Amino acid sequence: MSLVSVRGLNVSLTGPHGRSLLSGVDLGIAAGESVALVGESGSGKSLTARAILGLLPPGLTRTGSIRIGDTDIDPGADAMAPLRGGTVALLLQDPFTMLNPLRRVGRQIADSLVAHERATSDTRRMAVTRRLAEVGLLASVADRYPFQLSGGMRQRVGIAAALAGDPALLVADEPTTALDVTTQRDVLALVRRIQHERGMGLLLITHDLRIAFSVCDRAVVMYAGRVMEDGESTVIRARPAHPYTRALLAAEPPLDRRLVTIPTIPGSVPRHDDVAGSCPFADRCALVSDECRRGRPVLAEHDGRRVACIRAAEIGTGQSAPSAVAPVPTPGDPGPALLSVAGLGKTYRGSETPALIGVSLTVAPGESVGIVGESGSGKTTLARCVVGLETPGSGSITFDGSDITDWSSLDATRRRDLRRAVQMVFQDPYSTLNPVRTVGATLREALVAMGQPAGRRDLAQLLTLVGLPEGYATKRPASLSGGERQRVSIARALAGRPQLLVCDESVSALDVSVQAQILDLLTGLQRDLGMALLFITHDLAVVRQVTDKVYVLHHGACVEHGPTGQVLDNPRDDYTRGLLQSVPREDSGWLMP
Amino acid sequence: MTGQEWARFLARRVAAAIAVVLVLSFGIFALLYLAPGSVEQTLLGTKPASPETIGAIRAQYHLDEPFLVQYLRWLGAALHLDFGTSIRSGSQVGTEISARLPLTIVLVLYGSALAVAAGLPLGVWAAVRRGLAVDRLATGASIAAVSAPPFAVGLLLLFVFAIGLGWFPVYGTGETPAQTLWHLTLPAIALGLGGMGLIVRLTRAAMVGELDQDYIVFARARGLRGRTVVGYALRNSLVPVLTAAGLIVTSTLVGTVLVEVTFALPGLGSLLVDSVTFKDVPVVQAVALLLTVLIAIINLVVDVAYAVVDPRIALGREAS
Repeated sequence: MSLVSVRGLNVSLTGPHGRSLLSGVDLGIAAGESVALVGESGSGKSLTARAILGLLPPGLTRTGSIRIGDTDIDPGADAMAPLRGGTVALLLQDPFTMLNPLRRVGRQIADSLVAHERATSDTRRMAVTRRLAEVGLLASVADRYPFQLSGGMRQRVGIAAALAGDPALLVADEPTTALDVTTQRDVLALVRRIQHERGMGLLLITHDLRIAFSVCDRAVVMYAGRVMEDGESTVIRARPAHPYTRALLAAEPPLDRRLVTIPTIPGSVPRHDDVAGSCPFADRCALVSDECRRGRPVLAEHDGRRVACIRAAEIGTGQSAPSAVAPVPTPGDPGPALLSVAGLGKTYRGSETPALIGVSLTVAPGESVGIVGESGSGKTTLARCVVGLETPGSGSITFDGSDITDWSSLDATRRRDLRRAVQMVFQDPYSTLNPVRTVGATLREALVAMGQPAGRRDLAQLLTLVGLPEGYATKRPASLSGGERQRVSIARALAGRPQLLVCDESVSALDVSVQAQILDLLTGLQRDLGMALLFITHDLAVVRQVTDKVYVLHHGACVEHGPTGQVLDNPRDDYTRGLLQSVPREDSGWLMP
Repeated sequence: MTGQEWARFLARRVAAAIAVVLVLSFGIFALLYLAPGSVEQTLLGTKPASPETIGAIRAQYHLDEPFLVQYLRWLGAALHLDFGTSIRSGSQVGTEISARLPLTIVLVLYGSALAVAAGLPLGVWAAVRRGLAVDRLATGASIAAVSAPPFAVGLLLLFVFAIGLGWFPVYGTGETPAQTLWHLTLPAIALGLGGMGLIVRLTRAAMVGELDQDYIVFARARGLRGRTVVGYALRNSLVPVLTAAGLIVTSTLVGTVLVEVTFALPGLGSLLVDSVTFKDVPVVQAVALLLTVLIAIINLVVDVAYAVVDPRIALGREAS
């Protein structure tokens, strides 16, 4: 029997002419089955999950049928309320905001226990201890506040709280996106283990096909508010049918080889209503034909799964042709270093553990160097020291032959010259652009600050450099997609034609298809402008694609460094090996301990 | 938090409060010193001014000494609760104040309690029913309450409930505690109304923000009942609400000046008004200092309440 059965689900803005956000979504989950809902931002995957739980944000209306077990859920009143917790529970993405910050963890878990377990303080304590043990936490964690726990521990507490009502179906909305790779692997392995042990249904929402395939029995790929492909994970993984599924798989940078260019999907995810009359993917599809734009394809059986592509039979199934692998660069004499960091140490005030311990590295002119580490590894502190946003406690930083360890001791002219030569691109394109200024105003300001001419031609040139049309100068950040915003931030950093560009997790907040575009842009710029790149990331596959040399940081110290290919193919340090094993793969093997 | 951490936290906050009071005491003394008019003339009051009387006054109040010495002498005496004698009545300032203080404190607490007791539930209700009629009504009423001046509200209340309907007495303080409470009800409402409006608005704003947070969605998603969910949000809204409550107690304290005159109550406020009119410098200085100390204590209590409500504050960590 089906645990949840969704038929023809539509979600739209409330009102007579409210635009649709998703439509025609069918989804069934059987008891004990695990289903992945895969898609980029704007695909409607999270809204589908919220609709099932009856937790759509105010202002949205759903139509279509949702059945939980034998009960039809009326879309009007909050008919789901009695079923939440005991029948269906939702786990959210961000462990840092999901828990009530002012309530002890044990109490939060106890709040969602079933009635007989909540009866007395003894049964409560025993039940909480048991739930904590199920997610691999000690009973003493119950007395802690969320802010006293790490991200991974908070997500475990979240799982314990979500499961405290013993639901038959757990809906997990990107439960590991905010976590480090090693923690991600632990948490996903835990979710899968509990799902098997309890025989519980699982609806896993993710943007990562590798995670979908390795954790779930079935995968449903969504795009612009519609289902594109739906079938067994093993089937889709071996023979993806929809061009979007294939493009998504291809855009995932490989860990084991460096590509000349990562295959990208041009453009970005459109709005549901803008593509109502045609195949939603038509504008970005490499295999598009005129037929595709004439009507919307419906989901149809094809080769053991359902796919919404009229050309499915014609184009066959299978992964896209492998992309060209870049030759291993022959290490020549790099010459004098552009940036040289020696024995850098830094301890923040009020902190007992140092953020950086004796880190040394060199970057040659035009070289691309990666710094890899998880949260707390000190990688961001290192970047901030290099661009003068922090002053190191010990050690030295030399740039282009002169000492720049302490920016505050440099005179104003020298500081301005350095700002021009060393620039930074930050992680989150949503918070690094001033929302009230147009793109043109932001870039003009950067050009003027760098002492560059800032006429219309210069602006146009800068926008072209990062692949944006000239007309974007009059737009404001709010009307741009995440990828376009990140292009603007890169343009801003390039205004003074820097010799060194520091990228701090600059692609980690982006969708996979957009990430590939930005990575290709950065490597292209690095090559064409002869600029050196210091690329800070937690993602080893990204490091493989972008860098010549890599440094691995762990708890503030550098544990391993060398040419990128060498470090990733033959890691010598246990920590590097652990990181490599934690990178998601399409088979379920990577989740095994 | 352990006992030791609490002790350290309290010691830090108390030291800060003492520092604030010291700085302000200097300000009070200096401002009155700089006030226009001759100090001797003021101190003499209605007594005839002759070189002898002026000389006596200058000697009695140490007016020939440098300013700093005068300040330290005044502060030293104040620490022993000796504020000199009132020019107007000739009695000890300390005695005069202690006769007036209890009434004012009861009035302030009563008014603030009414503001919080009515404002907090209204604000929560408006936030939960956001955008509906209840919300609009509460928001509108709170604007009216914030903008109404206490003495005007006092006159209106007197006119309607004391003179018109005769439910409450027009003036006086009553004999027994129960009677006093009855007598103080209208003044307390007049005092607390503006504060109530402020609490409604701040509680509503804080609650609306919290109800949009992930942890509320998560709480609902795992089946927590409505009351528990509202409790989660309320607890997290308390820091801004406490800030408002502290400000309200403070402004109520200041508001007593007008309300006590309106209702003819013999409290600290009316004492201050009379003393200012009469240029009774020692009393004005003492009352101003007392208000400073009371406000410092209120802020200290709010600080400690923050720490009780939000364990992250006391541990000096950033809220995540």
